[in-house]
Amino acid sequence: MGFLVVILTLALIALVAAVVSAPIRRARGAGDSPDADAQAPTGQAPVAPSAHTRDDLEAAREAKYREIRDTELDFRTGKLSSEDYETIDADLRAEAIEILNELDELRPREP
Amino acid sequence: MAGLGFACLVLALVVCAYGIGASLYGVRSGRVEFSESGRRSVYALAGILTVAFIVLEVAFLSNDFAFNTVADTSSRTTPAFYRAAAVWSSQEGSLLLWAWLMSLWSSLALFLTRKRMRDVAAYATAIMLGFSGFFVSLMVFYANPFATTHPVPPEGAGLDPLLRFPTMMIHPPMLYSGYTLCTIPLAFGMGALLARRVDADWIKAIRRFAFAGWLFLGMGILLGARWSYSELGWGGYWGWDAVENASLMPWLTATAFLHSLMIQEKRGMLKVWNVSLVLATGTLAIMGTFLVRSGILNSIHAFGGQTLGVPFVCLIAVLIAGSIYLVVSRREMLRSEHRLDSWLSREAIFLANNLVLVGLCFVIFWGTYFPLISEALTGQEASVGPPWFDRYTVPLALILVLLSGIGPVIAWRRATLANARRNFLVPIGCALGLLAILEIAGVTQKPLALVMFCLAAFVFGSIGQEFFRGARARRAMAGEAAPLAVLALVRRNRRRYGGYIVHLGIAVLFVGVAASSSFQHASELGLSPGQSTRVGSYEVRYVKPTATITPRYDQEHTGSTLALGAVLDVTKHGHHVTTLYPSEGFYSSDEASQGTVGSLIGGQPVSHVALDGGITRDVWAAIQPNIEAPWLERIVKTGNSTLPAEDGIVAIAYLAREYLKHPPQAQFHFEVSPLVMWIWLGGFIVLGGALIAIWPAPSVVRARVLARSRGRAVRGLARA
Amino acid sequence: MNPSRKRTVRLVVALSAAVVLASALIYTSFSAASPALTPSQLLREAAPGRSYQLTGTVVPGSVHREGAVLDFSVEDRAGGGASAVALAYTGVVPDPFHEGREVIVTVAKQGGRYVGEANSLITKCPSKYKTAPPSENQNS
Repeated sequence: MGFLVVILTLALIALVAAVVSAPIRRARGAGDSPDADAQAPTGQAPVAPSAHTRDDLEAAREAKYREIRDTELDFRTGKLSSEDYETIDADLRAEAIEILNELDELRPREP
Repeated sequence: MAGLGFACLVLALVVCAYGIGASLYGVRSGRVEFSESGRRSVYALAGILTVAFIVLEVAFLSNDFAFNTVADTSSRTTPAFYRAAAVWSSQEGSLLLWAWLMSLWSSLALFLTRKRMRDVAAYATAIMLGFSGFFVSLMVFYANPFATTHPVPPEGAGLDPLLRFPTMMIHPPMLYSGYTLCTIPLAFGMGALLARRVDADWIKAIRRFAFAGWLFLGMGILLGARWSYSELGWGGYWGWDAVENASLMPWLTATAFLHSLMIQEKRGMLKVWNVSLVLATGTLAIMGTFLVRSGILNSIHAFGGQTLGVPFVCLIAVLIAGSIYLVVSRREMLRSEHRLDSWLSREAIFLANNLVLVGLCFVIFWGTYFPLISEALTGQEASVGPPWFDRYTVPLALILVLLSGIGPVIAWRRATLANARRNFLVPIGCALGLLAILEIAGVTQKPLALVMFCLAAFVFGSIGQEFFRGARARRAMAGEAAPLAVLALVRRNRRRYGGYIVHLGIAVLFVGVAASSSFQHASELGLSPGQSTRVGSYEVRYVKPTATITPRYDQEHTGSTLALGAVLDVTKHGHHVTTLYPSEGFYSSDEASQGTVGSLIGGQPVSHVALDGGITRDVWAAIQPNIEAPWLERIVKTGNSTLPAEDGIVAIAYLAREYLKHPPQAQFHFEVSPLVMWIWLGGFIVLGGALIAIWPAPSVVRARVLARSRGRAVRGLARA
Repeated sequence: MNPSRKRTVRLVVALSAAVVLASALIYTSFSAASPALTPSQLLREAAPGRSYQLTGTVVPGSVHREGAVLDFSVEDRAGGGASAVALAYTGVVPDPFHEGREVIVTVAKQGGRYVGEANSLITKCPSKYKTAPPSENQNS
């Protein structure tokens, strides 16, 4: 029983070490350069600032679209007068356009 | 196998330490492979702790009494179902459960964010591993679940009968999931502050985690209340006990957070507030975990010992100090982008709701920790009781329900006053209508409950109006039949209408609480067979006594040796309503001083409550049979001195027969509580609404919506 | 007043309101609280009419039930039967209640006797750690 425990423990340690060190070993293998441009074969992109901003802008865009739809629903359920609705709607659309423009600057427009 | 379990714990500790180092190094140096390695450490940790947990479960299920925890909390006669649950009934086992759940949820959170927020996630990884490492080191150094004794004891002490209820299985894992899930937003919140990125992407991710914590914690709290009511012998569902409060506080701040997060999303405001809420929720969750096992507060739960108190206090101090430092040092980046456009807006209502929720949390915090505070300030330990809590939480709860009825009627950003005034007509009408009905029905003695009922009617009116108008708008646009319109409406606006349903559920729940606490009829008295008593509008008659003996190895029962009870006939206006069978189970103890027969029934007695639940009222009965009546005691004494140990059960059988022939007067506790069922119903409605709100739309639909919205946005600009 | 000044004023007003409410809360908590005392402390300091939280262990052999009233004595946790408080309690008795167990009960001195407040008896779980069952606290 004690022997079995030792074997199992060693196996577990080996497995954990393999899993945890895999990214480092891969990065070492792909080319010794440790700087941010190295592309690991697993396809991990380097943490470029534009990646953050893109994720962030996409999230902001989604949130803004949702706001536009929410406001329309507010209008249709009678909480807003049509003048108020048009004003708020125009504001929101302008804000959305801003986000879309910023996104366009990061990458070309999708078809 | 205990060696394997302990080795897992040590390995887990090493992995935590490594993971923290790797993540921090990876994010500071920009070397992605190390951050990635740090993330994998969390996955590996989950794997290791799963192995450890399985080792312990197997030990329990196979009655391996070499393990101290198994010997202390389980026995051969404990049914298998409860043996599996007994794993987390001890300090050590529950720490393992906590750490295991923490690792699982952390892995899930990191898996879901593996492609985004790399820097925030790296810091969050370090923090989550810090928490896991803390709990693992508690186990490694203080409370080892894999400690063994040799020689192996032949039999264990058995699971405390008080815990032998099915809900016992679900309540702790649910509650612990809630607590651990609340620490994940904290980790991502601190991570965001450390990485200096509190933005839309972060909002999207953290909302999900906070929501999960909120949901599990809420369900855990409700399950605990249900367990307390239907299975413990005191007939209540909430006692403002320190441990109950400890789980409620993070839930309140999480609720506040879910609302104010929407304000940050729309207006870029309240960043400091939100980050503080998220950090407070996590800290309160840790404090809740600590409270339950430290015994520093006089609650029934004098768990653990002083040994665990000190490390926890250190952890909480570090959390509070760290949170304050981070928020203060990053306050520039947390500046608001806009202000509130108007006080007549849904954002303003959410702000008010936040204040009420935080106020509630403060009241409960103060009352719960008051013994410590008063001792520190005056040298005299004093405590406040439920009346004090009720005095302050009831008005706040009323305001909360009122706000949840006002919210749906007000538009986002800036509502039109004239429209708002018009929209309040129906909800106010509902409230006044109910008030009139209740006045006519004569239900006016309890003003606070009355106010709650009317406010609930207000909420129903307000939300019902929303559904009606939304469906009507949908029909105008798409021409669907009414029921389909409602479905489509909810499907396309899940967050809004799911949220409305949640608020409906909360209103229903509060109605149940108000009715069952204000209009309850309770009585306690002794009855002999044939006697009856009146409780509310019901007559309860003690028909005859019952006695059941469970053989030693009966797996089906909860393992009590003897159960004495009663058959109760409940009638109303002469019509039979129900028959109740409350009983009290007497378990065996291992106290030799009680004698061979006495120890068969000398253990912890546990009340088995009889409950007839209905939509309008619950009838609840508990019995305390007098097992110490002189003629029964004599049987035990005789058995002790004349029977050999293995035949002790014969004396018990004789005692049971005597009890049936000459039953002594038994103490009964009766309750008739209106609308208790509404509390659990309300909980279900909340769950349903929450699931609707969180259910993601299929990605095909989302892409279509995105594309269409883009086109409309551009067209809108062209128009302007 | 310019907008930023208005905002500051609003913030100050809101904070002051919060402080006032919190103070009211804090003040009432001190007057509404019942001090926790051991039996020896209770015998020394109890004033008639005030309620106290008595914490201690149930004296073996002192438990006696007369109909709806349960008589028992509570002694100091640390032992020493010299300072035991005998009290009469009505109300729900929690399942774990037993001689030698630790209890908390709200008592008040009436006449020369101690009376336990109805449904205020809490019995602590007898042995070490037990997972969170909600309170056995009997409160109406």
